Amino acid sequence: MQIFHRSTNALARFSIFGALFIIAFILWVIMMINRSPLVTRQGVVQAQPVPFSHEHHVRGLGIDCRYCHTSVESSAFAGIPPTSTCMNCHSQIWTNADMLEPVRASFRSGKPIVWTRIHNLPDFVRFDHSVHIHKGIGCASCHGEVDRMQLMYQAMPLTMEWCLSCHRAPEAHVRPRSKVFDMEWRSENRAEEGPRLVKEYNIRKKTDCSICHY
Amino acid sequence: MSMGNKRTHLDLAKFRGRLQKSGGREYWKSLEDLWEDPEFSALIGQEFPQQAMRSANGFDRRNFLKLMGASIALGGLAACSRPAGVIVPYVDKPEEIVPGRPLFFATAMAMGGFGSGVLVESHEGRPTKIEGNPDHPASLGATDAWGQASILSLYDPDRSQTVMRLGVISTWTEFQAALQPVLQRLRQQGGAGLRLLTETVTSPTLGAQIEAFLGNHPGAVWHQWEPDSLDNVREGSRLAFGTYTNTVYRFDQADVVVSLDSDFLSSGPGHVRYTRDFMTKRRVRSDRKEMNRLYAIHSTPSPTSSIADHRFAVRPSEVESIARELAAGLGLGASAAAGERAHWIGAIARDLQQHRGASIVIAGPEQPPAVHAIAHAINGALGNSGRTLIHTDSPEVGPVNQLASIRQLAADIDAGSVEALLIIGGNPVFTAPADLAFGERMNRVPFRVRLGDDYDETSLVSHWHLPQTHYLEMWSDVRAFDGTVSIVQPLIAPLYNGRSPHELMALLNDDANEPYEIVRSHWRRQAGAGFDQLWRESLHRGAIAGSPLPARALTAAMPPPPDSPAAASPALELVFRPDPTIRDGRFANNGWLQELPKPLTKITWDNPALLSPSTAAKLGLADGEMVRLHHRGVEIEIPVFRVPGHADDVVTLHYGNGRRRVGRVGEGTGFDVYPLRSSAAPWIDSGVRVEKLGRTHPIASTQLHQMLETSDYDRRSLVKSGTLAGYLKDPSLAPHHEEGAPVHHEQGIDEGPTLYPAWKYDGYAWAMAIDTNVCTGCNGCVIACQSENNIPIVGKEEVLNHREMHWLRIDHYYKGTPESPESFHQPLPCMHCENAPCEPVCPVEATSHSSEGLNEMTYNRCVGTRYCANNCPYKVRRFNFFDYSDYATESLKPMRNPDVTVRTRGVMEKCSYCVQRINQARRDSEREGRTIRDGEFTTACAAACPSEAIVFGDKNDPKSLVSRLRAEPAHYGLLVELNTQPRTTYLAALRNPNPEIEAE
Repeated sequence: MQIFHRSTNALARFSIFGALFIIAFILWVIMMINRSPLVTRQGVVQAQPVPFSHEHHVRGLGIDCRYCHTSVESSAFAGIPPTSTCMNCHSQIWTNADMLEPVRASFRSGKPIVWTRIHNLPDFVRFDHSVHIHKGIGCASCHGEVDRMQLMYQAMPLTMEWCLSCHRAPEAHVRPRSKVFDMEWRSENRAEEGPRLVKEYNIRKKTDCSICHY
Repeated sequence: MSMGNKRTHLDLAKFRGRLQKSGGREYWKSLEDLWEDPEFSALIGQEFPQQAMRSANGFDRRNFLKLMGASIALGGLAACSRPAGVIVPYVDKPEEIVPGRPLFFATAMAMGGFGSGVLVESHEGRPTKIEGNPDHPASLGATDAWGQASILSLYDPDRSQTVMRLGVISTWTEFQAALQPVLQRLRQQGGAGLRLLTETVTSPTLGAQIEAFLGNHPGAVWHQWEPDSLDNVREGSRLAFGTYTNTVYRFDQADVVVSLDSDFLSSGPGHVRYTRDFMTKRRVRSDRKEMNRLYAIHSTPSPTSSIADHRFAVRPSEVESIARELAAGLGLGASAAAGERAHWIGAIARDLQQHRGASIVIAGPEQPPAVHAIAHAINGALGNSGRTLIHTDSPEVGPVNQLASIRQLAADIDAGSVEALLIIGGNPVFTAPADLAFGERMNRVPFRVRLGDDYDETSLVSHWHLPQTHYLEMWSDVRAFDGTVSIVQPLIAPLYNGRSPHELMALLNDDANEPYEIVRSHWRRQAGAGFDQLWRESLHRGAIAGSPLPARALTAAMPPPPDSPAAASPALELVFRPDPTIRDGRFANNGWLQELPKPLTKITWDNPALLSPSTAAKLGLADGEMVRLHHRGVEIEIPVFRVPGHADDVVTLHYGNGRRRVGRVGEGTGFDVYPLRSSAAPWIDSGVRVEKLGRTHPIASTQLHQMLETSDYDRRSLVKSGTLAGYLKDPSLAPHHEEGAPVHHEQGIDEGPTLYPAWKYDGYAWAMAIDTNVCTGCNGCVIACQSENNIPIVGKEEVLNHREMHWLRIDHYYKGTPESPESFHQPLPCMHCENAPCEPVCPVEATSHSSEGLNEMTYNRCVGTRYCANNCPYKVRRFNFFDYSDYATESLKPMRNPDVTVRTRGVMEKCSYCVQRINQARRDSEREGRTIRDGEFTTACAAACPSEAIVFGDKNDPKSLVSRLRAEPAHYGLLVELNTQPRTTYLAALRNPNPEIEAE
């Protein structure tokens, strides 16, 4: 005895066929979620103990990146300025600003300011600022135009896919060493300049796992 | 799963018969291997014993799946959000610190009172790794296992953290308040009744403080005790020269060395330097075809005897008569050798005679003073004094006979003349000779104070326990084996509430007790005008220039022969030695040293009594069998273990294990043998009776773990060895077919048959060459690797399951008879094969090949299939079966190398050739626009090695040391017939036997 009408066979076939698409769709959704700012925190502003404005200090006052991030050329870690660096100026100007009270409190008490980390790579990834700077990768290439950020956020996704896009094709991102700290620089002739600088700076397309994971 | 445990009885005669019939393997790993025991063959066939599911763990497949389901559900959800990170900058950054770059500081570590210079790596103020100090004469850049492991002791969570009064937490202020009235009262009687007990002191500052204290308290007495003491060495020098003298050996000047039961390459003051010096005379290259010769007269096999050209296993009591006979052969005394040993003693004497002024005779600290005096007399007669050795004043402050000193203290306690006892360092209640019953005696002293690292056996019977600072936390100074002074500078403020011995002495002297000022002001007084420069330079270099003690011209007197020559007694003899890894017990809570396979026996976590195979057979004992030792009215229970090459009718006991009050790591490990050690015979004794108990104790020896399988029956393709004479004939030491052994087709290391075009490495090509000829198996590299690469310990149970995690192991092969086998040590890191068998089998590409030839392991990709380990013919891959890395203990976190990922459960790991160091060097060189220079950096194992056996570098650079070694004729690779093309390769081991003895 036939319970279902013959026409339901087509429905069954279609749903088996459709299941493939549904599974693929679910995987695609998971993939997209994984690459979305929800996971990567790209573009997400996070609260800081002091609302420090890079726009004001870099663009407005013209302070060089390295005034605060002192070890960016010599160490893996770019360095977050000690409270004393803030106080170089702020013991003279804006000495009574409420906004700066955590800085003064830190300087008085000797307790460091605890900043929220914006660029947070997983523990099994190792990144060295100094060698990237030396090879002509600008700050803005990874951090975005920091001089236009009132509050700091992560401009790039910082996924492995994104890292590899440059490690595989550095000519698309390399810039003259003199322009590394320039936020506004754009190559006028990428097609010629990129490969030339890759050669000049002896940039090898390092994609070995152990370059970053060890 | 030690196989010896199951066996009840060994029929030596039966095995002998079999041995004669078949000849046995040429290179063997254990007696069962040599005897072709079926059980042993079964073990070899069991390729992956570490992967067996242990039903004893109560964990079956079904439960595993259940738990996995739950953990995916929970873990999967938890993984959705990334943990928030914070950045905490300095408030005021110290000028010299560059965040992310380590700094190195020179300081010195004392062992048995004698210092060795170290450079300590410090990340933002946290010491993480010990390296040797190239500018320090006792180190020359190398370190031993204890130096490397001392970093773990610093962060040991079980270290004493606070002042304790009768077991209750107290404070330094309260202690001072309690001390003052006692001191006041005793001062009125001129200090009478006041006793200090220290270990060996070489610190000039501490010495000056103690002398000042004794000056102010003329009635006070200073006692010294160290279980691993050099009493025999001291008394021997007094017997020979009339005064306590120190001898500094120059092994780089000696062509013939005779060791009278001395393990000078792996213990005692200056052993790291001695190894370096000794090996400069042993390294055979195509342009240096000479080699020194070492005769080892020994009872317990040691790293020194294991590499000797001739080994004579004798009873420890026989050494003195052998020494006298040797002296007689050189015209000293009249104890002519007789019997079968006359032949070899005569040969040694003639060899020494031919190398006058270029030989050394050295006696071990276990041997009685007379043996040391005879050695001095022989060296004197051979004109070695001033050439291969010099005599200096003792670097110690107030050298005494420490046994007499602690005996005196015990007698004075009995007489009631000790009113206050201040113990600085050491653990005498555990370590003092048993017949002194020091713990009970101490209880009779009205005021007892001890300063110590741990709350231990001695603390339990003290009124006051004071926590002592670790050497990385304090200002001090120390002398090395040759008298060189190092300033000990702290790397970190005391983690707990500890104070240094200097601070305690300052308290007793009513001096200023700011630790920095105590040491500084001592040297300011010594140096006078040039102080500031001296201080800065000495801190920077790690040694005070010109501080080695000057040589003294002394003539040794031959000690008179004993009144009644020791009659050869049939009784079993006992010899006491410090444990090869945890020493006198001070490292009992150091997991790295507990789990470190002891040289030769490869035993971890235990100290069985060692016996020769034939003595064990005579007593009907197998490995791990429990016995009761009856001696001097005391009895202890202990398992036994057979060691090929051990002297017959001798039992070796390693003291320091079986601590009664120790931290969580040392708890319940090993067996305490101190109860058998009496003040009458603290080193060598006879008349021990062995009673078989009929039960067994599992012994976690790694000797049979991760064995390399080869179809070559004799294992000649695994171990290449020969004699110097053979090398001179054929430097490749190729096995000869006429010898009848099946020999593999000699295959090149770098090229093999392939269907693909050979891959060309056009940048760096990292490679490692290990010279097995100079390796003593001392284990320095193993701990250096553990420290550098955050390698966890797994505990005895897991070692028994073959799951130890060491990335670098030292394989040990025997050759010859079980009575006197040769030993070959083969450090085995990852081979970094160019055709790595592990790589193609990984389903997730977690292990891959780098453009510089590294076999990389990417932890974050690993899903734990273990296929790679199954496919590795060298068995160098290690799997985290459990969460071996301790994430919970707060104090261990700052110890870890921040440049190496801490691995979690379910992840495969293995030697990375210290890729973090390669990457750092590459980035540094690229920043400077150059290529990496040869020797600019090296791996942790190579940096630590005292004999420079491990060489790392770029094989594409024809001038690099490693490529020169790869071009040596004695160079070979392991299992090259598999066409793996290993990057880690070896140089053959050579022996230089005396033809006169060999001809026998």
